[in-house]
Amino acid sequence: MINDQARAVVVDGLRVIRGSREVLPGISLSVSRGQVVGLLGPSGGGKTTLLRSIVGVQVVAGGTVTVLGEPAGSPGLRSRVGYLTQQPSVYGDLTVRANLTYFAALAGAPRGAVERTIETVDLRVDADVPVDQLSGGQRSRVSLGAALVGSPELLVLDEPTVGLDPVLRRDLWAMFHQLANDGSTLLVSSHVMDEATRCDRLLLLREGHLLADDTPQELLASTGAADIEGAFLALIENEVVA
Amino acid sequence: MNPRLTVATAGRVLKQVRADRRTLGLLMVVPCVLIGLLAWMYAGTRVFDHIGAPLLGVFPFVVMFLVTSVTTLRERSSGTLERLLSTPLGKGDFLGGYALAFGALAVVQALVATGFAIWVCRLDVAGPIWLLVVVAVVDSVLGTATGLFVSAFARTEFQAVQFMPAFVLPQFLLCGLLVPRNGLPRALELVSDVLPLSYAVDAMRMLTGQVDAAGDVGRDVAIVAAFALAAITLGSLTLRRRTP
Repeated sequence: MINDQARAVVVDGLRVIRGSREVLPGISLSVSRGQVVGLLGPSGGGKTTLLRSIVGVQVVAGGTVTVLGEPAGSPGLRSRVGYLTQQPSVYGDLTVRANLTYFAALAGAPRGAVERTIETVDLRVDADVPVDQLSGGQRSRVSLGAALVGSPELLVLDEPTVGLDPVLRRDLWAMFHQLANDGSTLLVSSHVMDEATRCDRLLLLREGHLLADDTPQELLASTGAADIEGAFLALIENEVVA
Repeated sequence: MNPRLTVATAGRVLKQVRADRRTLGLLMVVPCVLIGLLAWMYAGTRVFDHIGAPLLGVFPFVVMFLVTSVTTLRERSSGTLERLLSTPLGKGDFLGGYALAFGALAVVQALVATGFAIWVCRLDVAGPIWLLVVVAVVDSVLGTATGLFVSAFARTEFQAVQFMPAFVLPQFLLCGLLVPRNGLPRALELVSDVLPLSYAVDAMRMLTGQVDAAGDVGRDVAIVAAFALAAITLGSLTLRRRTP
């Protein structure tokens, strides 16, 4: 039994209904502190809904979500949790620096956080360019920077690496691990299976059900698959047979 | 509410407006052009002295209504509002930031438009001119507050723009500029009694006509401010941290 101090997120029996569809029919899971945890699965499987519930912006129908020891969405958590939405949500008419300065002010970040974050997301050259004039990949980096700038204890990142080139993706994953080493917890969703091996632990989500909650190595060993995609398929077939 | 976050939000909104030079230009120039046109139309008569000042109260209301409803709608649809409400920013800080930023803009707009009306178009004002500016600013805050509120009911920017004729034009028709309010059919007069723009126009009208209007103007300004406060309060109810 892991004690609650060691867990950044505890989800217990979470039910979410959107419209007439039950997106999450009662899911339970936990995320340990100081890890990079991947949330994987096909589009429409409930990944974003789960992340929104953890951040506390989703109306939930039942169950509990505990984040850093407090109910999700509590006022005390708002400066401790950073959230990256799937669509870049920053101000297109402001420059990169102006966007990050604003989000730094909201998070109460110390001086220097803005410049450090600009370096981290590799936008030094374009720091004074309005976000609307940047490419899609650059825009999503600005949005990522806005989530990072307050140095939150828990980072909830919804598909942070979509549309980025391989070099930058590698650098970002290295940064995620650096942040985890420094004590942060990262929950990162992706539908790109090859990113799974970069995670400390994987949550496989399909149609609102948790197919697996394991390390990448154990997942490969238990399914006998050659890669995570194969393991995922094996788990789905097992579920259909069972 | 946290003053630091409110001011940070106001600063961010002003930076956005500053980046949009064309909007800024329109905000400052359009009222002057309309006032100039009016003064020219009624050259040689007393009409401009009667309706010039009330219009100085109407323009900031209309302009700020439009600007705010579209900007807030953009916040809602671009996902930035959802992100903001997941940060320590309070709803009061968000609304207060907008009111502060557009209020500041309104001060400048009111100074420019009033100055143009008085010194270029020779508008005759009996009461103190600074009070004219105060009324114009309160009217613009009312426009901001109403715009924030109605933006919750628009899904697209097209709809938000349509709310202008729906919310603003009836108020304009009934505010006493076209027909004095006590000359309206009784039912319409009662309706005009509960519309905020009526009081905005009343205040401006008294300022042009009476030298010692400060007391009555103060009462009207208080009524307009109360409407603005009510709209902001209703608007804050439409900001939801959790959405389906």
